[in-house]
Amino acid sequence: MGKYILRRLIIALPSLLGISLVLFVLLALAPGDPFGELATNSNIPPEVREALRVKFGIDDPIFVRYLHWLVAMLHGDWGFSFSSRIDVDKLILQRVPTTLFVVGSSQLLALAVALPVGVYAAMRPYSIFDQIANTFAFVGFSLPTFFTGLLLILIFSVNLGWLPFVYRVDIPATGWHWYWEYFKQGIMPVAVLGLFQAASYTRYVRSAVLDVIRLDYVTTARSKGIGEGKVVIKHVVRNALIPVVTLVALQMPAVFGGAIVTEQIFRIPGIGSLLITAILANDTPVIMAVTFVFACLVVVFNLLADIIYGWLDPRISYR
Amino acid sequence: MAVASVVILAMLASAVLLGSLAWRVPINEIDFTARLSSPSWQHPFGTDDLGQDLLARMLYGGRISLAVGFAAMIVAIIAGTLIGAISGISRGSVDAVLMWITDLFLALPQLPLLLLVIYLFRDFLKAWLGPEGGVFILIVLVIGAFRWMPVARLVRAQFLSLREKEFVEAARALGATTPRLVLRHILPNSLGPVIVAGTIDVAAAIIAESTLSFLGLGFPPDIPTWGRLLFDAKDYLDIAPHWALFAGAAIFLTVLAINFIGDGLRDALDPRKVM
Repeated sequence: MGKYILRRLIIALPSLLGISLVLFVLLALAPGDPFGELATNSNIPPEVREALRVKFGIDDPIFVRYLHWLVAMLHGDWGFSFSSRIDVDKLILQRVPTTLFVVGSSQLLALAVALPVGVYAAMRPYSIFDQIANTFAFVGFSLPTFFTGLLLILIFSVNLGWLPFVYRVDIPATGWHWYWEYFKQGIMPVAVLGLFQAASYTRYVRSAVLDVIRLDYVTTARSKGIGEGKVVIKHVVRNALIPVVTLVALQMPAVFGGAIVTEQIFRIPGIGSLLITAILANDTPVIMAVTFVFACLVVVFNLLADIIYGWLDPRISYR
Repeated sequence: MAVASVVILAMLASAVLLGSLAWRVPINEIDFTARLSSPSWQHPFGTDDLGQDLLARMLYGGRISLAVGFAAMIVAIIAGTLIGAISGISRGSVDAVLMWITDLFLALPQLPLLLLVIYLFRDFLKAWLGPEGGVFILIVLVIGAFRWMPVARLVRAQFLSLREKEFVEAARALGATTPRLVLRHILPNSLGPVIVAGTIDVAAAIIAESTLSFLGLGFPPDIPTWGRLLFDAKDYLDIAPHWALFAGAAIFLTVLAINFIGDGLRDALDPRKVM
């Protein structure tokens, strides 16, 4: 198992390099000057701008620039934000935990809803429960996240007044009350993201379980007298989870995209909203760093999925 | 369900395409006395904060949203089929390289890169093609560029399995060159999953364009795409909910109809139907 993890790590590194190359090529190809914003900023005299250009090596050949940028990124020197006036890595580190909390909880919620519903629907295909679950799944992933977010805000915050709709990281409370406030403000964003994912996962879980449930070893297990619950949990679900884990891993890029939108609606101070504010403020170092962080998170989650994959299906770790 | 969806989608499409002939209120007629009014006979969907009629704006925006959706799908399908076909018909290093590129693109986070590309190239394209045309081309190309990978994989899988069939061998024995084999024999048989992927792509492209407009980074602000309508509506939720509800419901119904159609197509074309 350890060697398998090592192998997956080694494969993950070239993808990270490839992604960083794509990002950098995009920036290099872009017309216009990344320091163009500074030209209009009267606080920065032309000599400083010239010095910055030389320091960042804007006029060097592209391969040299890529190496410099990569080395700087790996050292943790992510540059200096134009608009926020602090180092980019501090800015990002302040906000990553919030995003990870929201995204992680939403994925857990999605799986917690999708697995039971999908398995139960597959055990009784084409029954009333299955039809209703299918319809809800369709409705769920046809509703764009920003629309559900707005609807939930409308219903729960504006009309009913039950939940706060502005997310605050500094809640002035202590102990139990702090947790309760945190939970209350987190319900809506996590629910919006989570239910959207749950809709697509449900259909996938259902079809994966349906593929597994007709196989011979399930019939053998039943005929050996093992109770239905144990058959389902120990044999069916564990094997059906394999394609589901692949799907969850493949969906991570999309989930982070959904997190960006959710952070905008609920004003959550995470790296998604940092990206949007940076784009609107033309703050290039922050944009590059945040996109790089997103790419890294995707690679990390893919790695995690590979590890879980190896644990679920022992045959894989021997390959 | 799928047939009902085709009907709904046809109704939406015809409403959007022909509605502006029937409902002749201009989309940017500003009327401050009628700000944020609820649906009435004069303004069936209500008005926004400048008093512009929402029904007219939604009909106009619908055309753009649907056009972006279909154009992006065409880009994705053409790119995906091309790469999948080349990868599937050639063995060895070309296949490996193309698949590695596909995996790389699959790992890229879609929305952040979409935002990055729009940020970097928006001004350049605006200067070149005018504000609306430039953004349209940019959005279509970028959304299509993120959706070609599943199509490429599907086409490649189909090619790999069809390549070993007897009719291909027979055609080759008769002297068919490889391009002719691909174009006349293998490609037409592999298009089933591609059609299904195509319908899903339209839905995803519409959602992607709406998301971009919702974040304020899509089309210029005076073009009322459905996402943009939601972006403008979100600040007035408590006093004018009808604004957000109509725009969001339109996106929802369109995407739902397309998803049902795609599912129906998949059921019809997939021989491994679950019994």
